[in-house]
Amino acid sequence: MGSAPVSKQPIYLADTVQVATKILVAGHFGVGKTTYVGTLSEIDPLRTEEVMTASSVGYDDLVGLPDKKTTTVAMDFGRLTLSPRLVLYLFGAPGQERFRRLWQDLAYGALGALVLADTRNLAESFPVFDRVEEFGLPYGVAVNHFAGGRRFDEAEVRDALDLHQDTPLVTCDARDPQSSTIALIRLVEHLHERAVHQESFR
Amino acid sequence: MSGQDDSSLVRSYVITGGRAKPSRADIDVITLIKATPSNEPLHRLNREKRSIVELCRGGALMTVAEAAGYLNLSVALTKVLVADLVDEQLITTRTSPTSTPATDRTLLEEVLNGLRARL
Repeated sequence: MGSAPVSKQPIYLADTVQVATKILVAGHFGVGKTTYVGTLSEIDPLRTEEVMTASSVGYDDLVGLPDKKTTTVAMDFGRLTLSPRLVLYLFGAPGQERFRRLWQDLAYGALGALVLADTRNLAESFPVFDRVEEFGLPYGVAVNHFAGGRRFDEAEVRDALDLHQDTPLVTCDARDPQSSTIALIRLVEHLHERAVHQESFR
Repeated sequence: MSGQDDSSLVRSYVITGGRAKPSRADIDVITLIKATPSNEPLHRLNREKRSIVELCRGGALMTVAEAAGYLNLSVALTKVLVADLVDEQLITTRTSPTSTPATDRTLLEEVLNGLRARL
Protein backbone atom coordinates (compact mmCIF):
# COMPACT_ATOMS: atom_id res chain seq x y z
CA MET A 1 0.00 0.00 0.00
CA GLY A 2 1.62 3.25 -1.09
CA SER A 3 1.06 6.81 -0.04
CA ALA A 4 -1.39 9.20 -1.63
CA PRO A 5 0.24 10.75 -4.70
CA VAL A 6 1.67 14.23 -4.37
CA SER A 7 0.27 16.44 -7.14
CA LYS A 8 3.34 18.63 -7.58
CA GLN A 9 6.72 19.21 -6.03
CA PRO A 10 6.09 20.87 -2.66
CA ILE A 11 7.74 24.22 -2.06
CA TYR A 12 8.18 24.37 1.68
CA LEU A 13 8.30 27.46 3.84
CA ALA A 14 11.57 28.75 5.23
CA ASP A 15 12.07 27.40 8.72
CA THR A 16 12.32 31.00 9.97
CA VAL A 17 8.57 31.50 9.40
CA GLN A 18 6.79 31.97 12.71
CA VAL A 19 3.51 33.56 11.73
CA ALA A 20 1.01 32.76 8.98
CA THR A 21 -1.89 35.06 8.30
CA LYS A 22 -4.65 35.14 5.68
CA ILE A 23 -6.83 37.39 3.60
CA LEU A 24 -9.89 36.23 1.67
CA VAL A 25 -10.22 37.17 -1.98
CA ALA A 26 -13.96 37.05 -2.34
CA GLY A 27 -16.09 37.38 -5.43
CA HIS A 28 -18.74 35.85 -7.63
CA PHE A 29 -18.04 33.23 -10.26
CA GLY A 30 -15.90 34.50 -13.12
CA VAL A 31 -14.86 37.77 -11.48
CA GLY A 32 -11.15 36.88 -11.58
CA LYS A 33 -10.36 35.44 -8.12
CA THR A 34 -8.18 32.64 -9.49
CA THR A 35 -6.30 35.04 -11.76
CA TYR A 36 -5.79 37.50 -8.91
CA VAL A 37 -4.44 34.86 -6.51
CA GLY A 38 -2.20 33.47 -9.27
CA THR A 39 -0.79 36.91 -10.08
CA LEU A 40 0.32 37.58 -6.51
CA SER A 41 1.30 34.10 -5.31
CA GLU A 42 4.98 33.18 -5.14
CA ILE A 43 4.12 29.52 -5.70
CA ASP A 44 1.86 27.97 -8.32
CA PRO A 45 -1.53 28.42 -6.68
CA LEU A 46 -2.85 25.28 -5.07
CA ARG A 47 -6.38 24.02 -5.54
CA THR A 48 -8.50 21.82 -3.32
CA GLU A 49 -11.93 20.39 -3.96
CA GLU A 50 -14.23 21.04 -1.02
CA VAL A 51 -17.39 19.00 -0.56
CA MET A 52 -20.48 21.17 -0.39
CA THR A 53 -24.08 20.39 0.12
CA ALA A 54 -26.38 21.32 -2.69
CA SER A 55 -29.04 22.36 -0.23
CA SER A 56 -28.98 24.25 3.03
CA VAL A 57 -28.18 21.08 4.95
CA GLY A 58 -24.92 21.53 6.85
CA TYR A 59 -21.87 19.43 6.15
CA ASP A 60 -21.99 18.01 9.66
CA ASP A 61 -25.49 16.73 9.11
CA LEU A 62 -24.37 14.99 5.98
CA VAL A 63 -21.68 12.88 7.55
CA GLY A 64 -23.18 9.49 8.07
CA LEU A 65 -25.72 10.14 5.35
CA PRO A 66 -23.57 9.76 2.27
CA ASP A 67 -26.54 9.29 -0.03
CA LYS A 68 -27.43 12.98 0.30
CA LYS A 69 -26.75 15.03 -2.80
CA THR A 70 -23.54 17.00 -2.62
CA THR A 71 -21.40 19.03 -4.92
CA THR A 72 -17.78 20.13 -4.79
CA VAL A 73 -16.29 23.57 -5.17
CA ALA A 74 -12.73 24.29 -6.20
CA MET A 75 -10.84 26.55 -3.85
CA ASP A 76 -7.63 28.24 -5.02
CA PHE A 77 -5.08 29.75 -2.75
CA GLY A 78 -1.62 31.21 -2.96
CA ARG A 79 1.07 32.51 -0.68
CA LEU A 80 3.34 35.53 -0.28
CA THR A 81 6.33 35.46 2.04
CA LEU A 82 6.41 38.99 3.48
CA SER A 83 9.40 38.70 5.78
CA PRO A 84 11.62 35.89 7.05
CA ARG A 85 9.10 35.31 9.85
CA LEU A 86 5.77 36.20 8.21
CA VAL A 87 3.80 34.60 5.39
CA LEU A 88 0.45 35.73 3.97
CA TYR A 89 -2.06 33.37 2.34
CA LEU A 90 -4.70 34.50 -0.13
CA PHE A 91 -7.77 32.28 -0.33
CA GLY A 92 -10.22 32.59 -3.18
CA ALA A 93 -13.72 32.41 -1.67
CA PRO A 94 -16.91 31.93 -3.68
CA GLY A 95 -19.79 34.06 -2.45
CA GLN A 96 -22.86 31.86 -2.77
CA GLU A 97 -24.94 30.99 0.24
CA ARG A 98 -24.18 27.29 0.01
CA PHE A 99 -20.48 27.85 0.64
CA ARG A 100 -21.09 29.11 4.16
CA ARG A 101 -19.35 26.17 5.78
CA LEU A 102 -16.20 26.87 3.75
CA TRP A 103 -16.39 30.53 4.74
CA GLN A 104 -16.51 29.56 8.37
CA ASP A 105 -13.16 27.80 8.00
CA LEU A 106 -11.61 30.57 5.94
CA ALA A 107 -12.92 33.57 7.86
CA TYR A 108 -11.70 32.44 11.27
CA GLY A 109 -8.61 34.47 12.09
CA ALA A 110 -8.53 36.24 8.70
CA LEU A 111 -7.27 39.81 8.58
CA GLY A 112 -10.08 40.78 6.25
CA ALA A 113 -11.43 40.32 2.74
CA LEU A 114 -10.79 41.91 -0.61
CA VAL A 115 -14.01 41.76 -2.61
CA LEU A 116 -13.40 41.62 -6.35
CA ALA A 117 -16.20 43.19 -8.35
CA ASP A 118 -17.03 43.59 -12.01
CA THR A 119 -18.78 46.81 -13.04
CA ARG A 120 -20.69 44.90 -15.74
CA ASN A 121 -22.30 42.71 -13.05
CA LEU A 122 -22.38 44.67 -9.81
CA ALA A 123 -25.55 42.98 -8.58
CA GLU A 124 -23.77 39.62 -8.63
CA SER A 125 -21.54 40.91 -5.83
CA PHE A 126 -24.41 41.35 -3.39
CA PRO A 127 -24.34 37.77 -2.00
CA VAL A 128 -20.56 38.16 -1.57
CA PHE A 129 -21.05 41.25 0.60
CA ASP A 130 -23.69 39.34 2.56
CA ARG A 131 -21.14 36.62 3.38
CA VAL A 132 -18.37 39.10 4.26
CA GLU A 133 -20.67 40.98 6.61
CA GLU A 134 -22.17 37.83 8.08
CA PHE A 135 -18.71 36.72 9.20
CA GLY A 136 -17.78 40.20 10.43
CA LEU A 137 -14.80 40.59 8.13
CA PRO A 138 -13.53 44.10 7.45
CA TYR A 139 -13.16 44.55 3.69
CA GLY A 140 -12.08 46.59 0.74
CA VAL A 141 -13.36 46.46 -2.83
CA ALA A 142 -11.29 46.11 -5.98
CA VAL A 143 -13.00 46.52 -9.31
CA ASN A 144 -11.28 44.12 -11.68
CA HIS A 145 -10.93 46.16 -14.80
CA PHE A 146 -11.40 43.69 -17.61
CA ALA A 147 -9.88 44.59 -20.92
CA GLY A 148 -12.66 46.25 -22.87
CA GLY A 149 -14.78 46.92 -19.78
CA ARG A 150 -15.76 50.53 -19.39
CA ARG A 151 -14.11 52.82 -16.87
CA PHE A 152 -16.33 53.35 -13.88
CA ASP A 153 -17.39 56.36 -11.95
CA GLU A 154 -16.32 55.85 -8.34
CA ALA A 155 -19.31 57.62 -6.80
CA GLU A 156 -21.62 55.56 -8.97
CA VAL A 157 -20.07 52.26 -7.87
CA ARG A 158 -20.03 53.31 -4.21
CA ASP A 159 -23.66 54.14 -4.47
CA ALA A 160 -24.58 50.95 -6.34
CA LEU A 161 -22.75 48.77 -3.80
CA ASP A 162 -23.87 50.92 -0.86
CA LEU A 163 -20.29 51.20 0.42
CA HIS A 164 -19.36 53.09 3.55
CA GLN A 165 -17.28 56.20 2.79
CA ASP A 166 -14.29 54.67 4.62
CA THR A 167 -14.37 51.41 2.66
CA PRO A 168 -11.46 51.35 0.22
CA LEU A 169 -12.48 51.15 -3.43
CA VAL A 170 -9.78 50.69 -6.07
CA THR A 171 -9.43 49.51 -9.64
CA CYS A 172 -7.05 46.73 -10.46
CA ASP A 173 -6.21 44.39 -13.30
CA ALA A 174 -6.08 40.92 -11.78
CA ARG A 175 -3.37 39.98 -14.31
CA ASP A 176 -1.11 42.82 -13.23
CA PRO A 177 1.07 42.40 -10.09
CA GLN A 178 1.47 46.13 -9.49
CA SER A 179 -2.21 47.15 -9.39
CA SER A 180 -3.15 43.89 -7.64
CA THR A 181 -0.58 44.54 -4.89
CA ILE A 182 -1.82 48.12 -4.50
CA ALA A 183 -5.39 46.83 -3.99
CA LEU A 184 -4.13 44.64 -1.16
CA ILE A 185 -2.11 47.50 0.35
CA ARG A 186 -5.19 49.76 0.35
CA LEU A 187 -7.13 47.07 2.19
CA VAL A 188 -4.43 46.55 4.83
CA GLU A 189 -4.00 50.32 5.28
CA HIS A 190 -7.72 50.44 6.00
CA LEU A 191 -7.43 47.58 8.50
CA HIS A 192 -4.54 49.35 10.17
CA GLU A 193 -6.47 52.62 10.47
CA ARG A 194 -9.35 50.73 12.07
CA ALA A 195 -7.00 49.04 14.54
CA VAL A 196 -5.41 52.37 15.49
CA HIS A 197 -8.85 53.94 15.85
CA GLN A 198 -10.06 51.09 18.07
CA GLU A 199 -6.95 51.33 20.26
CA SER A 200 -7.58 55.01 20.89
CA PHE A 201 -11.00 54.14 22.28
CA ARG A 202 -9.74 51.49 24.63
CA MET B 1 -24.04 16.66 -8.60
CA SER B 2 -22.50 13.63 -10.21
CA GLY B 3 -22.19 10.24 -8.58
CA GLN B 4 -18.49 10.90 -8.30
CA ASP B 5 -19.14 13.79 -5.92
CA ASP B 6 -21.13 11.59 -3.62
CA SER B 7 -18.44 8.92 -3.69
CA SER B 8 -15.82 11.47 -2.61
CA LEU B 9 -17.97 12.15 0.43
CA VAL B 10 -18.18 8.44 1.18
CA ARG B 11 -14.42 8.26 0.84
CA SER B 12 -13.95 11.13 3.32
CA TYR B 13 -16.34 9.38 5.65
CA VAL B 14 -14.26 6.22 5.58
CA ILE B 15 -10.89 7.99 5.94
CA THR B 16 -11.93 9.93 9.02
CA GLY B 17 -13.96 7.14 10.58
CA GLY B 18 -17.10 9.20 10.09
CA ARG B 19 -16.00 12.41 11.74
CA ALA B 20 -16.49 15.84 10.23
CA LYS B 21 -14.84 17.83 13.00
CA PRO B 22 -11.19 17.75 14.08
CA SER B 23 -10.42 16.35 17.53
CA ARG B 24 -8.72 19.64 18.37
CA ALA B 25 -10.14 23.13 17.92
CA ASP B 26 -6.74 24.72 17.31
CA ILE B 27 -6.19 23.38 13.81
CA ASP B 28 -6.83 26.03 11.19
CA VAL B 29 -6.28 26.06 7.42
CA ILE B 30 -3.14 28.16 7.96
CA THR B 31 -1.78 26.35 11.01
CA LEU B 32 1.92 25.71 10.36
CA ILE B 33 2.80 22.04 10.61
CA LYS B 34 5.86 19.82 10.46
CA ALA B 35 6.55 16.20 11.32
CA THR B 36 8.03 15.42 14.71
CA PRO B 37 11.54 13.96 14.58
CA SER B 38 10.25 10.44 15.04
CA ASN B 39 11.34 7.28 13.30
CA GLU B 40 8.19 5.50 14.22
CA PRO B 41 7.03 3.29 11.36
CA LEU B 42 3.96 4.65 9.65
CA HIS B 43 2.48 1.43 8.31
CA ARG B 44 -0.29 1.39 10.92
CA LEU B 45 -1.59 4.72 9.60
CA ASN B 46 -4.03 4.94 6.74
CA ARG B 47 -2.72 6.09 3.40
CA GLU B 48 -3.80 9.71 3.77
CA LYS B 49 -2.32 10.20 7.24
CA ARG B 50 0.92 8.55 6.18
CA SER B 51 1.16 10.89 3.20
CA ILE B 52 0.76 13.94 5.43
CA VAL B 53 3.55 12.78 7.74
CA GLU B 54 5.84 11.93 4.82
CA LEU B 55 5.17 15.32 3.22
CA CYS B 56 6.14 17.11 6.43
CA ARG B 57 9.21 15.07 7.34
CA GLY B 58 12.77 16.32 7.44
CA GLY B 59 11.80 19.59 9.12
CA ALA B 60 9.69 20.63 6.15
CA LEU B 61 7.28 23.39 7.14
CA MET B 62 3.91 24.04 5.48
CA THR B 63 0.32 24.92 6.30
CA VAL B 64 -2.61 22.53 6.59
CA ALA B 65 -4.06 24.03 3.38
CA GLU B 66 -0.85 23.39 1.46
CA ALA B 67 -0.72 19.78 2.62
CA ALA B 68 -4.30 19.39 1.36
CA GLY B 69 -3.39 20.98 -1.98
CA TYR B 70 -0.36 18.76 -2.56
CA LEU B 71 -2.16 15.56 -1.55
CA ASN B 72 -5.42 16.28 -3.42
CA LEU B 73 -7.44 16.13 -0.22
CA SER B 74 -10.08 18.60 0.88
CA VAL B 75 -9.06 21.14 3.50
CA ALA B 76 -11.93 20.05 5.74
CA LEU B 77 -10.71 16.44 5.71
CA THR B 78 -7.06 17.40 6.15
CA LYS B 79 -7.90 19.37 9.30
CA VAL B 80 -9.41 16.24 10.85
CA LEU B 81 -6.41 14.08 9.91
CA VAL B 82 -3.82 16.62 11.08
CA ALA B 83 -5.60 16.96 14.44
CA ASP B 84 -5.36 13.17 14.86
CA LEU B 85 -1.67 13.22 13.93
CA VAL B 86 -1.01 15.95 16.50
CA ASP B 87 -2.76 13.79 19.11
CA GLU B 88 -0.56 10.88 18.02
CA GLN B 89 2.53 13.11 18.31
CA LEU B 90 3.54 12.58 14.71
CA ILE B 91 2.85 16.17 13.65
CA THR B 92 3.68 19.29 15.58
CA THR B 93 2.15 22.73 15.01
CA ARG B 94 3.93 26.05 15.14
CA THR B 95 1.23 28.69 15.27
CA SER B 96 -2.43 29.05 14.60
CA PRO B 97 -4.15 32.37 14.00
CA THR B 98 -5.87 34.15 16.80
CA SER B 99 -9.53 34.96 16.42
CA THR B 100 -8.91 38.71 16.23
CA PRO B 101 -5.86 39.43 14.04
CA ALA B 102 -7.67 42.37 12.39
CA THR B 103 -7.04 44.41 15.53
CA ASP B 104 -3.38 43.40 15.85
CA ARG B 105 -1.67 46.63 14.89
CA THR B 106 1.87 45.23 14.94
CA LEU B 107 0.92 42.35 12.67
CA LEU B 108 -0.85 44.71 10.25
CA GLU B 109 2.22 46.96 10.10
CA GLU B 110 4.39 43.97 9.33
CA VAL B 111 2.00 42.90 6.55
CA LEU B 112 1.96 46.43 5.12
CA ASN B 113 5.74 46.71 5.10
CA GLY B 114 6.03 43.36 3.36
CA LEU B 115 3.47 44.30 0.70
CA ARG B 116 4.97 47.74 0.06
CA ALA B 117 8.38 46.17 -0.41
CA ARG B 118 6.95 44.19 -3.33
CA LEU B 119 6.09 47.26 -5.39
